[in-house]
Amino acid sequence: MNKTRTAILALTALLLAPATSAQSLSDGGVKVGVLTDLSGVYSELSGQGSVKAAQMAAEDFMKANRAYAGKVSVIGVDHQNKADVAGNKAAEMIDRQNVDLLVDMPTSSAALAATEVARQKKTVAMVVTGATTALTNEKCNKYTFHYAYDNYMLANGTGTAVTKRGGSSWYIIYPNYAFGQDLNRQMVSAVQENGGKLAAPSDATPFPNTDFSSYLLKAQSVRPKIFGTMQAGNDLVNVVKQYNEFGLKKQGIGLGIGLLFETDVAALGQDAFSGAIATVPWFWNFDARSRQWAGRFEKAFGKKPTWAQAGVYSATLQYLSAVARAKTDNSDAVVKALEGYSFDDFFARNATIRPQDHRVLLDVQVVQVKGKSESKEAGDIYKRLNTIPAAKAFMPLSENKCRM
Amino acid sequence: MFNGLVNGAFYALLSLGLAVIFGMLRIVNFMHGALYMLGAFAAFALGQLLGLGFWPSLILAPLLVGLLGVVLERGLLSRLYGLEPSYNLLLTFGLTLLTQDLVKQVMLSRFAVSSAPYSPPEVLSGVVNLGFVVFPKYRLFVIALSLVVCLVTWFVIEKTRVGAIIRASTENPVVTRAFGINVSLWVTGVFAVGAALAGLAGVLAAPIYSVEPYMGAELIITTFAVVVIGGMGSILGSVVTGFAVGVLAAVGAAVYPPIANTLVFILMALVLLVRPSGLFGLPEGAR
Repeated sequence: MNKTRTAILALTALLLAPATSAQSLSDGGVKVGVLTDLSGVYSELSGQGSVKAAQMAAEDFMKANRAYAGKVSVIGVDHQNKADVAGNKAAEMIDRQNVDLLVDMPTSSAALAATEVARQKKTVAMVVTGATTALTNEKCNKYTFHYAYDNYMLANGTGTAVTKRGGSSWYIIYPNYAFGQDLNRQMVSAVQENGGKLAAPSDATPFPNTDFSSYLLKAQSVRPKIFGTMQAGNDLVNVVKQYNEFGLKKQGIGLGIGLLFETDVAALGQDAFSGAIATVPWFWNFDARSRQWAGRFEKAFGKKPTWAQAGVYSATLQYLSAVARAKTDNSDAVVKALEGYSFDDFFARNATIRPQDHRVLLDVQVVQVKGKSESKEAGDIYKRLNTIPAAKAFMPLSENKCRM
Repeated sequence: MFNGLVNGAFYALLSLGLAVIFGMLRIVNFMHGALYMLGAFAAFALGQLLGLGFWPSLILAPLLVGLLGVVLERGLLSRLYGLEPSYNLLLTFGLTLLTQDLVKQVMLSRFAVSSAPYSPPEVLSGVVNLGFVVFPKYRLFVIALSLVVCLVTWFVIEKTRVGAIIRASTENPVVTRAFGINVSLWVTGVFAVGAALAGLAGVLAAPIYSVEPYMGAELIITTFAVVVIGGMGSILGSVVTGFAVGVLAAVGAAVYPPIANTLVFILMALVLLVRPSGLFGLPEGAR
């Protein structure tokens, strides 16, 4: 029934379509499904803001491509950061709501579950907020693209930058689950490759965890140059709060952070993080182009964008422009239009989509958190230390385990 | 090991409140974690809205939480006395979920954050060198204050006339009423004090942990285990076990991190096997 109706609709759309537009869209339009966390721990850094960003991308695309006016729509769905929910919602969005693109997907496990469903149903998925390198390695597939960042890029960027700036010895703690273990492994090898060493073997901490005092006391006795924390979200906020409480900075122990979001800095205040080094794909006041987009977003949403939200805009827009190039929303054709494509937008600089594993390569920024007194305006939290060019920022193909 | 005392202090304060409420009123108060969170949130909100510092908040926030306790007990819980205990368990559990989401909404809409910063007062920031360890001053203060509060509560309930009245009111309300004592007023008072203790723990926690809507949810489970190990309703038991579990978890985390979160439950299982009424609890018949 549904299929017949879709067919009839498609036929009518074809008949009604002006002769100038050459595109063939499966159901008369392109539907973008933002699969995200609308209620939980990542709702602030992605959530409604990601849905808003995708909507902005859809509107901008339709304005620039008259042939698609009124044909792109966006829906936002909550996956609650749970793998099973993410899988079910992805299937429902594709089967019942005719979604052509899944985008965002915070939480690695949820991203893996949703992309597996997307693979089975031959639907394009662009993971922006999920971090695991498995998406472009052992779990890679023809329809999945990994945008913005991953654990390798974080560890490679921060580990290299901090070690080269004199952080020659590290003591690292990481949350004891897939993301943390992976990030710790990557960070340790980045530190060692750059001539740094571990002052003590890394410690796994319970997850989630609120009290990190025993590890901070251990850091005091081990005396590394850098205390590295691979914790994320609320756990990270607690680690950093207690790092300051125990006065480690005053004792000459620096802070290296695996994964840092703008919202973490807001939650604790800039001064608590000041001096810490992290790697990010983007930040809002990076340059004039970024500021211009961020201003538009803030006007529409009421808050400054996080890099996750900016990434969702960019990923959505690049998918839509691939649809325009392919003149169809047929997944195989769109994948072909995306593979090997090079582009440059306000978010993804010098970007290329690597055909072998679908890793989206882009310039990434190593940043240092400014103290409150250094920032010139609200939300001015990062000082750019250096840019890692796209070709060097991500896992080289020689280490890649993807077989597509 | 020493730093375990800080967590121990929170466990003790919380389980003390739980034990008082359970021992006296037979209410399994699942909302205790939310009251703890409200204490921390109140301290943060008082600072943001009225510019109040840590010290006034240390008094005011528990009072506010205690007041909320009065409203809860009078308005809702008192209607369930005489029914099965599972009713008040469900009610307090539901209220917890409601409170957490409400606070989340308020934080996001009013303060634009879902997890808020809070610093210790100037006097107590910084560290002291204790010889064997360099330790934050504020944490020492938390340990000391909690010990004092626990001792005072224990003393009042076990050794004073006020305590005698409370124990009588809950042991045998009919007879106590015959002596001209307003039992339901005392019951409300006990609940309010238990709630205020949770609020106090929350204020004390605010400078150490991030203030966020779900901060009580993780703690409450451990706290329940502490109360069970110590002996349901035993004041002394909950205080001693609270500190002991804090230290034990810290040692566990240092030796074998994955076990830190489960250690308390292993301990609970072992204790229940040997002494079903808990370490300091009296067998049900001896009450």
